[in-house]
Amino acid sequence: MTNGVSIRDLSLSFGSLSVIDTLNIDIQEGEFLVLLGPSGCGKSTLLNVIAGLLEATDGEVWISGRNVTWEEPKDRGIGMVFQSYALYPQMTVEKNLSFGLQVSGMAKPEISKRVARAAEVLQIEPLLKRRPGALSGGQRQRVAIGRALVRDVDVFLFDEPLSNLDAKLRAELRVEIKRLHQKLSNTMIYVTHDQIEAMTLADRIAIMKGGVLQQLDTPQTIYSRPANRFVAGFIGSPGMNFLNAELEAGADPAFKVGASRIPAAGYSFDGLGLVAGPVTFGVRPEHVAAGEQAEKLPFVTDVPIEVIEPMGADTLVWSRFEGQEFTFRIDSEHTYRVGDQVRIGFDPARASVFDASGNRL
Amino acid sequence: MTQTNPAVARGRKPKKMSPARYGLYGLLVISATFFLTPLYVMIVTSLKPLEEVRLGRLFSLPADITFDAWIKAWSTACTGVTCAGISPGFVNSVQITVVSVLISVLLGAVNGYALSFWRYRGANVLFGILVMGAFVPFQAVIYPLIVFQREIGIFGSLAGIVMVHCIFGMPIITLIFRNYFSSLPEELFKAARIDGAGFWQIFLRIMMPMAVPITAVAVILQTTGIWNDYLLGLVFGGRDNQPMTVQLNNIVTTSYGVREYNVNMAATILTAAVPLVIYFLSGRFFVQGIAAGAVKG
Ligand SMILES: Nc1ncnc2c1ncn2[C@@H]1O[C@H](COP(=O)(O)OP(=O)(O)OP(=O)(O)O)[C@@H](O)[C@H]1O
Ligand SMILES: [Mg+2]
Repeated sequence: MTNGVSIRDLSLSFGSLSVIDTLNIDIQEGEFLVLLGPSGCGKSTLLNVIAGLLEATDGEVWISGRNVTWEEPKDRGIGMVFQSYALYPQMTVEKNLSFGLQVSGMAKPEISKRVARAAEVLQIEPLLKRRPGALSGGQRQRVAIGRALVRDVDVFLFDEPLSNLDAKLRAELRVEIKRLHQKLSNTMIYVTHDQIEAMTLADRIAIMKGGVLQQLDTPQTIYSRPANRFVAGFIGSPGMNFLNAELEAGADPAFKVGASRIPAAGYSFDGLGLVAGPVTFGVRPEHVAAGEQAEKLPFVTDVPIEVIEPMGADTLVWSRFEGQEFTFRIDSEHTYRVGDQVRIGFDPARASVFDASGNRL
Repeated sequence: MTQTNPAVARGRKPKKMSPARYGLYGLLVISATFFLTPLYVMIVTSLKPLEEVRLGRLFSLPADITFDAWIKAWSTACTGVTCAGISPGFVNSVQITVVSVLISVLLGAVNGYALSFWRYRGANVLFGILVMGAFVPFQAVIYPLIVFQREIGIFGSLAGIVMVHCIFGMPIITLIFRNYFSSLPEELFKAARIDGAGFWQIFLRIMMPMAVPITAVAVILQTTGIWNDYLLGLVFGGRDNQPMTVQLNNIVTTSYGVREYNVNMAATILTAAVPLVIYFLSGRFFVQGIAAGAVKG
């Protein structure tokens, strides 16, 4: 199996500012990889290096089994879709699509064939004679995708293509991009800082922070077994509850939070295994049950309700557990009031525990 | 509080002439008068026969209108030894201006484009030097330029004067274009590179079509600047390429006997007409271009 894209020991710095630091990622052919990370972590920079728009300070970029580190953008077999669309304003949609092909000296009939095919796939045929100024945001984004599509590239690069659109349109285009990927099955690298987009689109997600890869795995693994505290806090909304705890070893290991003992028996330890000491115990609000469902779970306690936030589908409850802030989700059909004591429970098997330096235990 | 308008506030707010408005309009009228009076005097004088001019009634309208002075200024007035009016100067000025504007604007556009998108090594230093060039008083470099042009044998030719105008126009035109191109989204340039377009293709097919307003500004600035130039034309034009301004000066200063004020006025108006017409025709374009550059830059 050849790799669609390989990033090998890639580093990039602007002067003394290091933006990407010895990054290694292998992306399989046909894979949909999402780069996720907070603003300024170097996602766009990485994409630009892959595209050949920025020179790497060190390391190699391989695309479809070729070392393209020194090649021009046009020779890399990539197409790129930008956040600001970057359509040529003075050209019609048709010209926008055909410009790259014209520049490469392709024959006219072949150009019109490709433009027609891309227009059909993206359903922009009625717009071909218009200029970008006369298009809506979603239509512009489709044209921008079309510009990459006509070039018949192996790898698609998307730099936050949907972040300028409103929520509804974003959801629609998200599905379209997913369909497009299923139809074309070429490699796609997609930058976003929207975790819903990341979770729904990705085969694998690469989470970056400060130019360093934090975790590269399937959305499900990243969600349920985050590699460190940063990833755990970054994924999921509302965020994971983090409780300061003490891990006690022995015959009956447990996480001690204040006076409460959460049994550690169900928790599957990674790597280092069970090492006694201070830890952070993380549990997602949606993995906490309240009321009767709580009774069956391995750990049960009572907490006071401080704030109730109805969110439509469910309700978020803010409370305090052993003096530490604790949120959990309940069904929106509930009868709780602020100040009530409520019985909650959760299963340590679904929790995430991090050591003092933030790595998963 | 005055209760003059008890009606509910609804729809368009009625406009009121406040004292500040009266003051503003007053000021506008005064300054317009201030600038238009000389023009008025020039026009009426140029339409009077010489006898009437001598009466010295500067502001009175001409008793009988005659275009003799205009015809003389254009075709028979003496500019030194020759007596062919300022029409040869007009032709020279058109030649000099058209060629110089074309070359300098094109060079400035390419410079600005290269400086804002192709960040090659030393680009910033080059830009700094260019900007400094905009502040060097040209009187200081005239002599070295004369020597240089004499050495390469173009001193006094059309090529010589065009070269001088291009050199002195370059910094400001480059600056204008660089600022304009810097205001365009960089992703546009990146998209074009991914599409495989090279330096010239991006310039000609993507950037220049977007730079029409700023090009208009550059053309207008250069046209008026070069047309109104006197010193460079006098020094570098030689005998055969004297621009209209130089010939105008010759008409006004060489007078045998009587000073023909009406002819002088007509010649002056003819010389000033070109930039004026350009401003009138392209004023709106000009303001738009300036605004586009200013807001986004
Ligand atoms: N030309 C440049 N010169 C110097 N620093 C730069 C340059 N371009 C980007 N940076 C810096 O590199 C870092 C990464 O930038 P990058 O654009 O890759 O972030 P990003 O992850 O795409 O963020 P966002 O989600 O906001 O788009 C930032 O700290 C930024 O300030
Ligand atoms: Mg970015």
